[in-house]
Amino acid sequence: MTIRTEPMTVNVGPQHPSTHGVFRVRITFDGEDIVEVEPVFGYLHRGTEKLAEERNYVQVVTLTDRLDYTSSMINNQAYCLAVEKLLGVEPPPRARYLRTLTAELQRIASHLIAVGFFVQELGAFGTPLMYGFRSRERILELFEMLCGARITVSYMRPGGVFADAPRDFWPALNRFLEDFEDEFAEMEQLLLENEILMIRTRGVSPIPPEVAINNSVSGPVLRASGVNWDWRKQEPYDAYDQVEFDVPIGSNWDNYDRFWVRIQEVRQSIRIIKQCIAQIEPGPVRLDLPLVLRPEAGREAYGRVEASKGELGFYLVSDGGISPYRCKIRSPSLINLTVIERLLVGWKLADMIVSLGSIDINMGEVDR
Amino acid sequence: MPMRPLSGEELAKAVNQEYPGVAVDYDEVSAWIRPNRIHAVAAFLKDSPAHDFQFLNSVSAVDYVEYFDLVYHLTSLRQQSSAVFKARIYGREDLRAPSVYSVWRGADFQEREIWDLMGIHFEGHPNMKRIMLWEGFEGHPLRKDFL
Repeated sequence: MTIRTEPMTVNVGPQHPSTHGVFRVRITFDGEDIVEVEPVFGYLHRGTEKLAEERNYVQVVTLTDRLDYTSSMINNQAYCLAVEKLLGVEPPPRARYLRTLTAELQRIASHLIAVGFFVQELGAFGTPLMYGFRSRERILELFEMLCGARITVSYMRPGGVFADAPRDFWPALNRFLEDFEDEFAEMEQLLLENEILMIRTRGVSPIPPEVAINNSVSGPVLRASGVNWDWRKQEPYDAYDQVEFDVPIGSNWDNYDRFWVRIQEVRQSIRIIKQCIAQIEPGPVRLDLPLVLRPEAGREAYGRVEASKGELGFYLVSDGGISPYRCKIRSPSLINLTVIERLLVGWKLADMIVSLGSIDINMGEVDR
Repeated sequence: MPMRPLSGEELAKAVNQEYPGVAVDYDEVSAWIRPNRIHAVAAFLKDSPAHDFQFLNSVSAVDYVEYFDLVYHLTSLRQQSSAVFKARIYGREDLRAPSVYSVWRGADFQEREIWDLMGIHFEGHPNMKRIMLWEGFEGHPLRKDFL
């Protein structure tokens, strides 16, 4: 005799400790199996695209900080690249290196959060997350030296960066790198071959490459699905064409690979930062642009970067005025969520939160 | 290998070869196609081996008051090329365009967002409802006449 159960619909979020912010999803279960998933967005919708139409080009930088608030530097970078494309200008070399360097520091900080919460959701309560936060704190202190802010940095400007790094910054950065390599090795040792972690995540919720591509998935999730695609390599911006790094690729497409790719990317980020420190030369850090920018009417530009979550793009249209006529934000978190059905349906309740954690969403960016 | 952006002229020529008269205009970076043929052109650009645009970067809408432009950014991972095509829709009320959901699943949330914030209804999308705002909200806030 088989026992059948009535399907049951459960509402997860928007106030839930493991949905990375105010994410809400309605899930229909048959026993423990997930049969239907419906994400509900909009709880953090602030209308960033509309707000951008009422601010001048430099002021919009502050809005981008508040998109994915765990990687504000990279958001700044994407927006500034789009404005520079619109104006047809290039920042000076020192600014390009400073941007690359801070963006990679931010990528480390963001991946540490992603990895920390991912393991926390598997039940490793506290310790690995705090290991991550310990190092992230040091990165935020470095940002504070650069621009006085920790999270909402607004460090970059169209045409360069806000200011050169203070003299104390470089020794502090070197001290951080020295300590971080040991701290991170400890974390790798603790997690990478952890038996519980592997049993819980190996083979769970694989996303085949063709599905990932068709769903416009990008970033570490796409690479974990075995697709070798990184905008830092394909379309180098800032100083990425001057530095060497590898692109880690997953082979099993599962939750473990998504976690593994992020760990490996942190290692590559350290490599990039070291090369930036070695190659950076004195010089101006900002182009002498007018305070109020007026790109030519009718011009448009799509600037994109490889953000910590995936491809972050800004599509800007100018009408010759002082603010963007249209500022569309292609946010990786929202578009990566397209695979949520594929990721969850057919899998168990216990894997749901972990799979959700493996795509590393940030609600500030999903809802904008 | 660096990315190779397809110019508007190349794209318009390729589209017109497959569907004569469908590409109506082009500039340096993009080609305009007839809005009622969006789905056919999308399927052609994705499936033809010569173009192979498997990856849809983004779908955007821009409100120019007399008309709307739908903007599609595409990438071919295999050929390392990119392209932009647009479709111009005139009017303010009851705007409709074919959905590319069945071609690129990645258009799902972006088309819903355009419906929500710009008020262009995509036909053929299986779940065409508001995404950021609640059902029953009046108006489409990203339009230029919404204050």
